[in-house]
Parts: sequence; C-alpha cells; structure tokens
Amino acid sequence: MLVSLNWLKQYVDLADQTAEQLADKITKTGIEVEGVTNIAEPSSNVVVGYVESCEKHPNADKLNLCKVDVGSETLQIVCGAPNVAAGQKVAVAKPGAILPGNFKIKPVKLRDVESNGMICSLQELGLSEPYIPKEVADGIFVFPEEVEVGQPVTGYLNLDDRVLELGLTPNRSDALSMLGVAYEVGAILNQKVKWPSEVVETSSEKAADYISVKVEDRESNPYYGALIIKDIEVGPAPLWIRNYLIAAGIRPINNVVDITNYVLLEYGQPLHAFDYDKFGSKEVVVRRARANETIVTLDDETRALTPEHLIITNGSVPTAIAGVMGGADSEVTETTKTVLLETAYFDGKRVRKAIKDHNLRSESSTRFEKGVDPNRVKRAGFRAAQLLAQYANGTVLEGVVEFDQLDRTERKVEITTSRINARLGTKISNDEIANILAKLAFEYQQSGEFFTITVPTRRQDIAIFEDILEEVARIYGYDKLAYTLPEGAQQAGHLTKRQALKRYVKQYLEGAGLSEALTYSLTTAERAEMLVSPEISEKAKVPIRLSMPMSEEHSTLRLSILPELLATLSYNHARKQSHLGYYEMGSVFVSNEEQISVQPEEKLRVSGAITGKWLLHPWQQEAKDVDFFLVKGILEGLFARLGFNVSYQQTEIAHMHPGRTAQLYLNKLPVGFIGQIHPQLQKAFDLKETYVFDLDLDYLFTCCHVEPSFNKIPRYPTMTRDIALVVDQQIPAAEIETTIKQSAGALLKSVQVFDLYQGEHLPEGKKSLAFNLVYFDPDRTLKDEEVEASYQAILTAVEKTHQAELRG
Amino acid sequence: MKERLQELEQEALNQVEQAKTLADLDKVRVAFLGKKGPITEVLRGMGKLSAEERPVIGELANKVRSAITTELEQKKAKLELAVLDQQLKAETIDVTLPGRPVPVGGPHLLTSVVREIEDLFIGMGFEVREGPEVETDYYNFEALNLPKDHPARDTQDSFYITEELLLRTQTSPVQARTMNEYKGNQSIKMICPGKVYRRDTDDATHSHQFTQVEGLYVDKNVRMSDLKGVLNQFVKHFFGEEREIRFRPSFFPFTEPSVEIDISCKLCHGKGCSVCKQTGWIEILGGGMVHPEVLRMGGYDPEVYSGFAFGMGPERIAMLKYGVDDIRHFYTNDIRFLKQYHQA
Repeated sequence: MLVSLNWLKQYVDLADQTAEQLADKITKTGIEVEGVTNIAEPSSNVVVGYVESCEKHPNADKLNLCKVDVGSETLQIVCGAPNVAAGQKVAVAKPGAILPGNFKIKPVKLRDVESNGMICSLQELGLSEPYIPKEVADGIFVFPEEVEVGQPVTGYLNLDDRVLELGLTPNRSDALSMLGVAYEVGAILNQKVKWPSEVVETSSEKAADYISVKVEDRESNPYYGALIIKDIEVGPAPLWIRNYLIAAGIRPINNVVDITNYVLLEYGQPLHAFDYDKFGSKEVVVRRARANETIVTLDDETRALTPEHLIITNGSVPTAIAGVMGGADSEVTETTKTVLLETAYFDGKRVRKAIKDHNLRSESSTRFEKGVDPNRVKRAGFRAAQLLAQYANGTVLEGVVEFDQLDRTERKVEITTSRINARLGTKISNDEIANILAKLAFEYQQSGEFFTITVPTRRQDIAIFEDILEEVARIYGYDKLAYTLPEGAQQAGHLTKRQALKRYVKQYLEGAGLSEALTYSLTTAERAEMLVSPEISEKAKVPIRLSMPMSEEHSTLRLSILPELLATLSYNHARKQSHLGYYEMGSVFVSNEEQISVQPEEKLRVSGAITGKWLLHPWQQEAKDVDFFLVKGILEGLFARLGFNVSYQQTEIAHMHPGRTAQLYLNKLPVGFIGQIHPQLQKAFDLKETYVFDLDLDYLFTCCHVEPSFNKIPRYPTMTRDIALVVDQQIPAAEIETTIKQSAGALLKSVQVFDLYQGEHLPEGKKSLAFNLVYFDPDRTLKDEEVEASYQAILTAVEKTHQAELRG
Repeated sequence: MKERLQELEQEALNQVEQAKTLADLDKVRVAFLGKKGPITEVLRGMGKLSAEERPVIGELANKVRSAITTELEQKKAKLELAVLDQQLKAETIDVTLPGRPVPVGGPHLLTSVVREIEDLFIGMGFEVREGPEVETDYYNFEALNLPKDHPARDTQDSFYITEELLLRTQTSPVQARTMNEYKGNQSIKMICPGKVYRRDTDDATHSHQFTQVEGLYVDKNVRMSDLKGVLNQFVKHFFGEEREIRFRPSFFPFTEPSVEIDISCKLCHGKGCSVCKQTGWIEILGGGMVHPEVLRMGGYDPEVYSGFAFGMGPERIAMLKYGVDDIRHFYTNDIRFLKQYHQA
C-alpha cells in the first residue's frame, strides 16, 4: 500500500512529523514501512504559463515557436511537443530553473531562434512513467482552467509529496485504505480521525425506478447496493484526485473511473461503475455462473466461468465477475451518460476462487479477498456519488437499491489488566490500558481492571483476548518489554543418541578427507531412480513426483543422494576442480504405494562420491588415484569406530561397474553399497574414474547400542605367523579368511591380508594371498607347539575347502 | 714392579688422551688391558712375589687397570658423541619443505551454523527434535491455525504431492507433532532444525529448498518478555554483544502477538546502507506468543498454558554473518566456496 502523506493529512493531523520519523514509528508499532519515496525529484523555478501564441518554427518542421505568459513576463520558447497549442496553461521551466536530474535550464538558440525556457512534460518534472495519464504521455501536460498563471507548479502537481510504502501482513487489511492508515497513525500520534463528507443531494427521481437488485447466492454476497447517477459528463478528474491516484500508483483515466478508484483507496471499499445504458436490462441479478458460461472482461479477455464463480448479470448474461473485474460490454466510456454504481460486500473465499482461476489480482479483488469493513460498504457508495455529482456533473437519484443481509455486529472482547501483564511480563496500569484503547479509537467499558472492548468492524483481525494483547503491546511499545528468562522448571538440554551419532559420522567422514555437500531433495525423474541401493529399490515402487513441479529439474523426490553428488562433482570438474571427495547425509523418500496416499518413509542415508587423485602434490611419494580400496578403507574405519563387523559381497547394480561393486551386510541385513560408477555414467557426468558409497544410517544406528566395556591390557606377548596361499583367482579373500577363522581355534586373535600377488611364477588363473595371523592368550605365554598345531589345522582346512596350496 | 705399573698407567693415560677415533681408542684398550697386554703380564708374574708384596702389588695393579678403564670409557663416550654429532649434521633436512599431506574435509557452512544454533539452545535447556519433510496438510497448515482457505497460505506457495501431502513449507509441523506427543500436560522446550521447501524460483535470494530452525517453549506462565530474553541471548551470542536488537510487531497465523526481530546493520552501524536497504536494521527472526488455537489443537489448554515460538533461516543468518552474497552457493557445493568455511 502506497500512502501519500499529503493525502493522509486530509484525515489525520501528522503532528509535524517528518516522513522518516513517521515511518520509523509506524514500523515499530506494527506495519513495516518498506520505503519512503519522493513523488518526484525536486525541481525549482517551474511555474504555470499561458500559451499566448503557438506557431511553426521557421527552420524546423517538428518544432513550435511559442509566446508564453509566465506572470512576470512573456517568454519566447521553442517547444517540440506535438500537443502544444495556444490557449493552454502549461508547466514552464524558466531560465535558471533546475529540473530533476540536475538539468539546468538556460536561454539557448534552437535552429537560430532564441528559446528562453522549456515547456515541461510530467516525465520532465520527475513523475514516473507508469502513472502518467495516457493522453499526455507523449507530450506536455496541460493544466485545467482554474490554475493561476505564474504560480509554482509544485503545489498543483503535488510534486512535493512523500510516499510511504507499507508492507502489510495478511491480517492488516484494515490498512488497505487511507482511513485505515489514518486510524493507525492516529493511534500512534494520539490524534483523532476526520472522515470526509458523504452528503449527497439527490434528485426527486428514484433509483428504484431504474434498477432492481436480486441476489441468489446470499452467502457469497450478503450486501449489494446500486446507485444511479444520471447526466454524467465524462472528462478528466480534478487535479487533486489525479495527483493522489498517481501518488498511490494508479494511473488516472477519467473522472468516473478515477472517482471509484479514489474511494476504493480512501475507504478500502471497491466500487464498480457500469454504463447503465449498456447494462442491457433494469435488473441486477447476482448468482453463481453456469457451466460453460463466458464473459469478455474489461481487458478484452474471454473468460470461461464455472459454478464456483460469483457473477453479476443483467438477468440473462454476465456483466461482471463479482469483485474481480467488470465486463467489456457495460464499460464506462467517454459517451457514458448514466452510471449504475455498485457497492457490495463479496465473500473473500468466493472472490479468491475467481482470482486464482483467472489469475486476476487487482486492487479490488485483493480487498474483497481479505475482507472489507461491513460498515463502510454503503458509506463508500454515498461518498462516490457525492464526488460524481461534484466532479462529473452527475445527478444522483434518490435511494440505494439494495439487498442487505450483511452482519455488521461489532465483536466484544474482555480483558483484564492482570492477564495482560502476566502474558507480557509488564506492569501496565489500568489507566494506561484505557489510554491505549482510546488511542486505538476502540470503545470500551471499564470496571477497575476489567475491560469490555467493542471492536470496530474495520478491524476484522481482532476477535480474541490475544488480539487485544497484541494491540496493547504494540501501542505500549515492544521495545519497552523487559528481557527476562523463563522461570519454569529447567531441564538439561542434550542431543539424542541418534543426533549425536549423526554428528559423529559427519565428523569422522570429514576427518577422513571428505567435504560435506548439501544438494536438493528434488531432482529429475531420471536421476531419482539412479544408483538406488538394493534394499531401497526393493521397497520403493516408484519415486514420488510432485503434482505440479515448477520444472522437470526439480520434479521428483530422490531415492538416492548419489546422482546429485555426481552432479556436484561434475559442476566442480567443469571448473577445473578435479580431485574431490564429497559426502552428504540426508533423507531419501520411499513409498511402497503405486499411487502415494500416505506419508512416505524417510530413510536417513549417508553417501559419498570421490574422484581424481586422493593426495595432491605428495612430494616424496606417488600421487595415487582414488580406488575402490581407498573408499572401502574409509568405511572400514567408520565401522570400526561404530563397533560393526560389516561384510562385503560382490554385486551388480545398474549404472555401477559390474566387477567393482559390493553390497554391504551387517548382521546379515543389507546396509548399502560401495563401488565404482559405470564408465558410461561417468561419461554422462563428464567425470574421471569415480567411486561412491551409500549407507543406510537408520539401520546402522539401531545397531549402535553397545557401550564400550573395559578389557584388561594384555600382560603376555602375542605370537605371529604368516601364511601365503595359492588359490584360484575367483575365490574372494574374505572366504579364505572365514575358513581360517573357523579352523584356527580360540587362540587366533586376528587375521589380516598383507599381500596379493598374481602373475609370473604362478600358474595361470591362480593368485597368492598372504595372511598375517596373530595368536594370543590373555592368561599365559603361548607355546610354539600350540601355534604350530593351529597353523597346521588352518592349512588342512584351506586345502580342503579352497584347494589352497602353501606357496613355496 | 711398582714403578713399572705406575709407568704403564701414565703411558696408557697419555695414549687415551691422544686417541682421535674410536679405533685408536680400541687399540689403546687392547694394548694395555688386552690378554697379552702389560698389565695382565704383571699380574701373571705375581706368583714370583713374596707374600707381603703380593697384596700390595695386586691392589695397585687393579687400581691402575681401573683408572685406565675409566679414562677409556669417558674418552669413548666423548668420541661417540662427536661421531653422532657429525652423523646428525649430515642428516639435516630443509624444514621449509611442505609436510606430507593428510586429506582433510569439513562441514558444510549451513551445518556449522545449525550446529552452533543447536548448541546454544541446548545450553538453555532446549531439546532438538526432527520431523518428516513430506508432511500432511494438517500438520503443515491446519494444526498451525492455517485452515484450507486462509489467505496467508498464498504467501508460502507449496509443493504438493497429493491434496493431503506436501513438502513441508516450514519446520513448525514438528512443533505441532511434539505438542500432540506430549499430550498437553508437560512443558515443551524444543528447537527443530530442518529442510523446508517452497515454490520459489531459485535466484540470489530465493531457493526452492532451504533450512529453518524453529523453537517452541510451552509452560505455565510463559511471558512475552521471556521470548525477548531468550532471543536476545541468541542474537548477542551469535552476532556479537555490540549488535543492537529491535522487536517490532508482525503477523504469523500461529502466533499472537507476533514479533519480528531486527539486528542493527553490521556494515553501517544503523546509519543506513544498501545491505539494510537504508533502514539500519536487518530482519533475522520471527516469532511470537503461541496462538491459543494452536495450543488447543496441540492438546494444551490456553487458559493454563502459554508459550512462545520463533523461527529463523540459517541461510540468511549465514549470509549476514559471513557476507555470502548468493543463496545458491549453499546448494551448488563449489569446493572453493565450501573450503572457506572448513576452519573451526
């Protein structure tokens, strides 16, 4: 809402506040002033001039030579405006004048002819383009007769006005009118609000003889009033109305339209003027539209209507979408003689439906949507009729033809001073409360600390104690409230085990060299199904798609974090950042329904993607490319910290390298996967060799319940043996390890692969795996024979199970 | 024989003194103390001595041997040290060469900011709660006093999946869920950080996905001044003691009275600049006293309980605190951006 201070002064005394002071006070009291602007940059020495004569410039076709009386003298001015003519009153920048943009006016010669000043357009006087009336947009501005020659134009054109831009929250629709803002400012400055005159002289003819009103949908339209104004002369509105409309950001059109707009802004009550002669009947019928009905609106659009839409009709065809826009057929034009003026109360929800369906948001529809003051509907009609009589020469017929079932009841709210103070933490007195209510112009009855407040209907947002609490608090001043700390029972705040584990896993991965990324949960339909871990893809029927995505790029909820992490690698790779390790922790969204109807499972996962060289510039050692075992090492470190024994099984997953992918199992249940992405996917993302992992944290965390227990520090030495076995290449190391563990007996504490060899000196298809075996008994020193016996048992077992041979 | 021993001692000590290397020293040891050395020889000839002389000479011989041994040991230690010194000098390295790198990563800036907020509120006795990102219309809107046709729903246009399911537009549904869980008879002191989603086109200041941290405190006799006190602590801790803080009325459907909290602009100290749009103030938090309808729907009797709620956007807070100029940086994950915030 744009509020002209010159206009606002008509209703409330601004008590000599500057625009900035006022803005600060309004903001602190509850309505944010988002900006304070000048209507125009300042200019000086621009006065009203009378064009005595206007002839063609002797040396230029498109220029005119004018003699202009500026009161003190008559100036010869060369003017290029196409609309300049003798007999006009115009804005003249005299020599020495300064126009916006620090443009100085000096006497000059234009094509050998002297020009002493400039006849100005509104643009040249600093007004913004969109608010300049069409008819003068391409030329100079022509004043009406009544202005005085020689006087500065500033006052006539309201060029010294300042405008507050209010950022209104949805509850403060009361401030969508100048009167509403006046009440707000009056409460802040402790000033009374002055209402404009609504006194109308009417003719003896009765409006009821011209029109009847019938409302079919009373819930959507509890009040409809029709006034008839005859003998209208359509022309420009008076300068002051046009000025204020310009200040409010509305382009002046003609007196009838400008007056309805003016009253809309003044009262917050939208009005509509129909051309009575083109209305097509003598009855207004308000009803729901029928299926397949259409209307051509003022903007010449043909709009399809449905029974959800409320319309005004002439009994047979639609003439307006109620509260939203009028029809083109009955539009007021220059030839309009009789106006049917509508002032009505349309239900917000009904209007909102039409706004949404037709994408028509306007000054009118917004106000209906938010709710207008039921006690102003009729008054606004009178106010407009009065202005039409005065400024469009209209004759107002007697009576308002109306349908009226409007509830104008004022709400009552009870408060006590002690309850107010208890909620705010203040010590406000009874008198102070009474004083605040008076400033707000709320009527109340007081008995000690008990107040019964009658809420004026302009404040539709106030209904309960808490609403009054806010009113009292804001007028009292939020800044005056103390800073206290809660006095209730105190409890120790802490993270839950799961939250602490989340932090721990993140910190571990960061310590292991990965950078945390945060990507979008919404991705493309294609990516949503890519690199989904088997235990997720088993459950999820289809990825969840938005009903109305803004773009395909963010249309579908992810089932895996990995595709967006790969996109992140790709983004960085394209910027010459090629050695990267990222991880992300977050939810994927799993629904087991074909057509989702209940909330999906949100599974917490952590995923990583690593590419390029792992160590950059490692002088004295080789820069190694990232490989499977580096990533596996990171995970093994994590599992060791969490106390897990995770096993790895070769597997195949779409878009993954078929020979370098493993599924992970904890306690025989799948917990994710690790591996190299398929070279084709790598190419699609324009990456080098890239490895990924993806883990189910929900499951991992449920397994993290063991508290570490104390084990004695060993007093006896360990004994170690190495064993090198030649086996078929296909046999996984983990299987041999299992056989070793199963056959070694209780003294074996650990088995660790320390060498893998394939090639020369070994038969085709064979490999040599060397294991380090560690033996230990916490209670005694081991004997050689015991270890030897275990070693022999292992050898027998691996020979039998894997046809392994001891490497010679 | 006595003289012979004394001569030997003198000679040996002289030679030890003159020895320049460990090898020289070893020659001296062998020459004097070896099995074929003169002292051994003397001791071997003891048999020829008289019974009176034997102990005297024996003692002297032992003394001499001991003196030579001591001197040899000392000299040996000295020479060894010299050798070591030389060896260490030869091992000198260029300490200005770079260390062998250990790969290190780090947290995302938003994670750091959220963690700092969490830790601060945990310190004030709040618990951290989380909730689903795909929410029901009921918890996202209706339970927060935003019925289906409420005009305020427009300002946060949402990503719906079905008519009843949507991506949550705020983390406040977690508050509503917590109230239901606590069944209206316990105090609640919680914050809920998390991802939220709105139908915004991504640009420098808008993101269709962003982060929120909201807080809720419900108890008997909660006052609006408590809200001021708690948020003041947060702001001073997070932005610095010198920052001014301003509370002004606002509107949220789930609080009444509602408040917006501004902090004084760091750049212009309240004088007005482009960052604060010439106002001197920057909006960072919204909040208010929990609307009685929200309490009621959460199972709390608004006649008995009152509460406050607040919410903030970690992206915005991070942008203000660290001067980040575009919200998209948080989701592009440019490693050059992320690494700037890896330091503790």
